[in-house]
Amino acid sequence: MYADLVWHLFEIIIIFSVVMGLVAYLTLMERRFLGFFQLRLGPNRVGPMGLLQPIADGLKLFFKEDMIVLHARPFYFVLAPFISFMAVALCFAVVPFSGTTYIADIPTGVLYLMAVSSGGVYGILLGGWSSNNKYSTLGAYRAAAQMISYEIPLALALAGILILSGSFSLVEIVNSQDGMWNIIKQPLGLVIYAVCVLAETNRTPFDFMECENELVAGYQTEYSSMKFGMFYMAEYAHILLASCLITVFYLGGWYGPVLPAYVWFFLKVFLVVFLFIWIRATFPRLRYDQLMALSWKVLLPLSFLNLIATALWIVVV
Amino acid sequence: MLKPLLHGLQVTLKHFFKKPITLQYPDEKWVPPERFRGRLALLCDDNGEPLCVACGLCEKICPCDCITVVPTTGVDGRRMLERYTIDLLSCCFCGLCVEACPLNAITMGDEYELAGFHKEEFVLDSDVLRVTFQNETCRTTPEIR
Repeated sequence: MYADLVWHLFEIIIIFSVVMGLVAYLTLMERRFLGFFQLRLGPNRVGPMGLLQPIADGLKLFFKEDMIVLHARPFYFVLAPFISFMAVALCFAVVPFSGTTYIADIPTGVLYLMAVSSGGVYGILLGGWSSNNKYSTLGAYRAAAQMISYEIPLALALAGILILSGSFSLVEIVNSQDGMWNIIKQPLGLVIYAVCVLAETNRTPFDFMECENELVAGYQTEYSSMKFGMFYMAEYAHILLASCLITVFYLGGWYGPVLPAYVWFFLKVFLVVFLFIWIRATFPRLRYDQLMALSWKVLLPLSFLNLIATALWIVVV
Repeated sequence: MLKPLLHGLQVTLKHFFKKPITLQYPDEKWVPPERFRGRLALLCDDNGEPLCVACGLCEKICPCDCITVVPTTGVDGRRMLERYTIDLLSCCFCGLCVEACPLNAITMGDEYELAGFHKEEFVLDSDVLRVTFQNETCRTTPEIR
């Protein structure tokens, strides 16, 4: 029994390290690929092809002055980035990287994911409010409103997947895509899910909260050094998580003809991340009222439509 | 509404596969154009003596007052240059001094990498400034009127 426990602990450490390494190199990948999309080179000086850049960034953040704003509430000020990061890191516990590689496969996987990733909203609200700065607070309120209003079409798009696969467990959902990927059965669901997840992770075209030229940095204004590093890592971990989830729910997880399972998984995740970066390089950002209108007036009815159509299909066919 | 979005995506994807237009300085350097106004250069003849006769016209026309010309009398009794100093911190690289010189004894070269650490490094003397004909830092061979 103890050997089992030790093995599980070891597995957790390995998977978590791999995920954190991927998150760090995701920042480099984003900067390089954004550069290529914009006809320029990204960072390529630090190490061959810029491969040591994330390490340089981390070291730089450590060396910066770590301050707590004078009239802020220190406990919450320090707590906020950790809540943001934990909400994302805990979600990686249920993501299956192949048929046998996962930390846990609970029978209520999707419910766990939705619940824990909603905790990220608390981190943002707390961060904005504890900075004791009007503009940070307002930025945080808008970010929180954006995140919660995009969670509804997200959940409804997932409901279509749940109907098709009949189970909440992520491994079961991937296994139900053995013959045909869910992208063919739920194309509208994929589009809705992708748009909602772009808004959840505060990515362009919905990155109103962190665009440098409009709000300074919104709720992140007063953060420096490692606390900012935590927010930054939480954002990129959320992007990686969203790509993994799109792969699990819509692109058939680890299924593929010749290569081993986890190679297919990472290939698909890489494609989805490339799509996210591609979208960031192409589209201008939406104004805040356009953003909210898109969620409530367009995505929500579409996701209802998707749900009803899927349910009718299951009943009739 | 969807078509323009997809068209935008197609444009950026095309750019992804094109070669980036970045010039990776200092590994790759840009070749300055023919009439580039870089750092001043004192032209010398084949013996290594500057063509400048220290008339002082460049000093008088300089809008920034950065040139100092000190004349002296040479062994053959003719007026010649003793010291030619230019203060790069004041110089605005306008090229008026080159236009004013009646002998085409000074020219603006190609050099633009002029950074330094101390203020004293920026006051350049005639030994630094002199170049011979057909030198790399001076592109053109001026005619002596």
